[in-house]
Amino acid sequence: MNSIVADNLTKKFGSFTSVDSVSFSVKQGEIFGFLGANGAGKSTTIKMLCGLLEPTSGDAAVGGYSIKKEADKVKTVIGYMSQRFSLYNDLTVGENINFFGGVYGLYGNSLKERREWILDIANLRGKENTLTGSLPGGVKQRLALGTAVIHRPEIVFLDEPTSGVDPVSRRSFWELIHSLSEEGTTVFVTTHYLEEAEFCSNIILIDAGRLIAEGNSKFLKSNYITNKIFEIRSPGLIELLDSAKKLPFVEDVSIFGNSIHLMVTSEIEEADDLKNRLESITGIKLTGIEVIPPSLEDVFIHLLEGKK
Amino acid sequence: MNIKRVKAIAKKELKHVLRDKVLLLLLLIFPAFLISFFGYAINFDVQNIKLSVYDADKSSLSREFTEGLTASEYFDLSVYMLSSEEADSVLEHKEAAAAIVIPEGFNADIRNGKNTGVQILIDGVDANTANIIKNYLEGYVNVFNTQAMKDITALKGIELKVPLNYSPVFWYNPDLSTTYFLVPGLISMILLITGVISVSLTFVKEKEKSTIDQINVSPVTNGELITGKILPYIALSLIDAVIVVVLGYILFDAVVQGSYLQLFLSTLVFLMSCISLGLFVSVIADSQQVAFTVGTFITLLPSFILSGFIFQIESMPKFIQIITNITPAKFYNVILRAIYIRGVGWENFWPQIVYLLIFSGIFLFLSVKITQKKRAL
Ligand SMILES: Nc1ncnc2c1ncn2[C@@H]1O[C@H](COP(=O)(O)OP(=O)(O)OP(=O)(O)O)[C@@H](O)[C@H]1O
Ligand SMILES: [Mg+2]
Repeated sequence: MNSIVADNLTKKFGSFTSVDSVSFSVKQGEIFGFLGANGAGKSTTIKMLCGLLEPTSGDAAVGGYSIKKEADKVKTVIGYMSQRFSLYNDLTVGENINFFGGVYGLYGNSLKERREWILDIANLRGKENTLTGSLPGGVKQRLALGTAVIHRPEIVFLDEPTSGVDPVSRRSFWELIHSLSEEGTTVFVTTHYLEEAEFCSNIILIDAGRLIAEGNSKFLKSNYITNKIFEIRSPGLIELLDSAKKLPFVEDVSIFGNSIHLMVTSEIEEADDLKNRLESITGIKLTGIEVIPPSLEDVFIHLLEGKK
Repeated sequence: MNIKRVKAIAKKELKHVLRDKVLLLLLLIFPAFLISFFGYAINFDVQNIKLSVYDADKSSLSREFTEGLTASEYFDLSVYMLSSEEADSVLEHKEAAAAIVIPEGFNADIRNGKNTGVQILIDGVDANTANIIKNYLEGYVNVFNTQAMKDITALKGIELKVPLNYSPVFWYNPDLSTTYFLVPGLISMILLITGVISVSLTFVKEKEKSTIDQINVSPVTNGELITGKILPYIALSLIDAVIVVVLGYILFDAVVQGSYLQLFLSTLVFLMSCISLGLFVSVIADSQQVAFTVGTFITLLPSFILSGFIFQIESMPKFIQIITNITPAKFYNVILRAIYIRGVGWENFWPQIVYLLIFSGIFLFLSVKITQKKRAL
């Protein structure tokens, strides 16, 4: 069963096309990752799906309702957490929860139950009277997620919920997303942290408003990457990176922490062969080289570099 | 309209207001400041007006006429002219605001029961003051006439019963006290400014912080959102109005002559137009700064200059008179003066109420249309 079906969704701002004929479908209860660099059109797509922006052309069914013709009904089945923190900083934790509960028509015991749940997941028990603005970033995001699903929506849209959050908080945030999905909620989540894509059951990648890849992690890795990827260590990492970019047998190269990942053309099979070629051409000593299985990041870098 | 949702929004908005001490203080102190400022610092009362006199008659009666004028607190004798030709230059050089020329034979003509004329010239540059001076002088001349007639007939041994006893009581504003006149004007000015600015700021703030998106994805309707958000500001505006009424009474003895219920209801109607104007500003402005600037610009000056608050609309050029219709304060001022000063009811100001309702409708409609346009962009 599909929760979301986007059909040639397009949004133009004047002559600029922010989202360009994007089509995809999201199954009920899955965690659907929507990836793309800054300005790729992620937020614009989400806003259309939530009814905050009208598509220039195309349509989408969200929870079975057309975002064009039944925007009011769409509102009854979705929750939305915007990219910018959008709880009220000058209200306390409890006041924010009560407000959004009230907005969704919750009161009495059902509101109380949801309030307890949110306080639990955000680790804010006993801190109902704290001003929301004074909370640390990670806690704010959990609170925002809690209020976004206060009414138990079928589908929740999360727009870069983990951006600007420290790695530990990010991990626990993803655990929360998982538990929502296990309860049957469809989670549509955007991120530009490519490694977070691994947590998603299905992924689409957009670039400059165009959909350039879709599928699950396994499919993406096998389908889009046929050549070998080597992980290389060297004291002169940056120089190596710069020189390697220009070489004919290098498809793409990027830095990963204290190593670089290098994708070669099909003519190179062996690590030693590559090591010799690199050292003789660049004159930079390599301290380590090995073939690695592609990560999603490698796939995306390959796809995005390939476009340029 | 779901009352529970409206209540949740109103409650939240009230908390914003109560937590924003600066705004709250501003909203409450602003009216007190304005009423003191206008009441004392700027005194529009006509007092100690400089008067120049040319008395060609030099009789006891003509002296009596001049002294009667200059003895009052309203007029001071500034120039005693030696010819009637001087009058123009005296006015032109601002040596006096009004010039009076008493012709030769003034005394004799009156005693003989003939008609005589006193020439009065008023500096018309400030139409408002000129008007007030004219009213004073007219009143004075009338009183003088009555007295003179009585005196003459008494000399002939007849006691004159004046059929129509005219004494210059200025209707609706007995002592022409400007401060008293100002109180209603201040109410409209304060409500317009605080209403438009606070409403536009609160909506733009939600836009600026994108909290509005969180509300827009919920089942809350535009009507519920607007109603919920403005309720606290309506309450505040009404408190402001009460402050001005009370201070007006304490400081200037200004008493509401008409019905408090009508005052309350028409104030609500006026608030509606302030709010729709505020909404409109919030729709066209994208930042609080812009909203504040635009809000101030379209309320402060018009409600001061174009509303008939300080300057009489009737004495403005025709073209400006048409422009005055853009400020709802003009219409509310008519209503307020009717209720406050004349103590009359609906039948005297229903056209103004209708105008305010239409005004609200137009701006509400424009706000909704522009919002829809922006969403579809
Ligand atoms: N209201 C608007 N008017 C004009 N251009 C817009 C508008 N909103 C977005 N854009 C443009 O559309 C493009 C996509 O924006 P969008 O916010 O959807 O990107 P994103 O993928 O969410 O990026 P980010 O990771 O920075 O959030 C950008 O180039 C942006 O400048
Ligand atoms: Mg975005």
